[in-house]
Amino acid sequence: MAEAAAQRMGWEPAPQQGWVAPHIASEFPGLGIAWVEVDAKPGRSPEPVRRRLRDLSDRTYGSQAIRLRERPIPWAYRVFYRQIGLDPDRTRTPVEQLTLDRLHDGGFRTHGLPLDALNIAIVETGVALRAFDADRLVGQLCIRDSAPGESLPGAQGELANGTLTIADGERPIALLFGATGAGYAVERETRRLAVAAVQVKGVPQIAVEEALWMAAATLEAA
Amino acid sequence: MDGRGDSGGGVTTLLEMPALLQRDQFSGLAAGVDERQARIELRRQIGRLEAELSQLFGEAFGHAEVPHRIGAVAAAPRVLDLGELEAIRDRLAERIVQARQALEERQREEDDSRELVERMLAAPQDYKWVRVSRQDLGLHGCGHWHSRPLLGPIGMLMGWWRVKISSGCPLAGRLAAVDDEDKAGQARFSA
Repeated sequence: MAEAAAQRMGWEPAPQQGWVAPHIASEFPGLGIAWVEVDAKPGRSPEPVRRRLRDLSDRTYGSQAIRLRERPIPWAYRVFYRQIGLDPDRTRTPVEQLTLDRLHDGGFRTHGLPLDALNIAIVETGVALRAFDADRLVGQLCIRDSAPGESLPGAQGELANGTLTIADGERPIALLFGATGAGYAVERETRRLAVAAVQVKGVPQIAVEEALWMAAATLEAA
Repeated sequence: MDGRGDSGGGVTTLLEMPALLQRDQFSGLAAGVDERQARIELRRQIGRLEAELSQLFGEAFGHAEVPHRIGAVAAAPRVLDLGELEAIRDRLAERIVQARQALEERQREEDDSRELVERMLAAPQDYKWVRVSRQDLGLHGCGHWHSRPLLGPIGMLMGWWRVKISSGCPLAGRLAAVDDEDKAGQARFSA
């Protein structure tokens, strides 16, 4: 769906739609993952990106932070967190965490690329984004539960059976809304990024596409 | 004695009851339970309750402490079973009840304070030295209503009382001046 929209808009690179394990999709209708691959390397954010973060800081207030959980997209992620056993007041949804950091730090701090690009898109759209090293990925991204004996790369111990993960064609590469496996996170040597959006029920497709487009455009422009 | 008509039109024999109760397994109902549908329904309820709790949290912020945390039930994300979803649903419902109670209690306190201010304004001499802040009325910003004697001790002796309304938050310049005075005082003290 995201690919078709991108073709209509003439947007390059086109986002790709990942798959969700059928038994997980039947439990969580509306759950999805889409990603876009961008040639970019990590580094210091250029001035336009830093300026945009400052502008975003000026547009984000305490009152918005308090009412954030009542807005449809942040609410949808909070609900999904509850449904998968996480406490959204402890393991914060990405947009809530960024908004809290903004209040705590007095502004959105720059963390360099690609994080700044992702943060801008997350704050603007509310959609949960994360980045992986695209050259490490094999096949399509998907959301599935872990099988017995599987573990996250670089992590000690096996994943508990049934843990929800983001996986590529070979193995789980990250916990859904959690840690990323070693080697799949963006590092200094990374030259190609996969920016992935996790969609849950209540998050419109257009918001996902906008978030991916915004993050990719920021990364490409840098 | 042994025959009673049941609602379904059949006859249940009371003499057979002990035999029914002694059965190890209840196999009389062949109704399959679709747990997935039940889980989906519970997730829908969790979504609705979360929205309600979020709204109460927003309403209460700055006025009353609203319990809104319910804790995680899993260390890592996974598909929860029926019991776990029910527990989350029940805890959310409990928090909503507590939040409503906290808000109602706070509303009562604010109404009482509002009435107190009205009575103070009508008869300040009956409320000597009573002070009510804007926060007590659920208002933002600084300031308070204070029943004080007019002209200090003379007013006290004469029974001339009035409610003085403070003019708001201290200006940043004034606060800075107080800080400067404190620092100067400390410097003099240490010297």
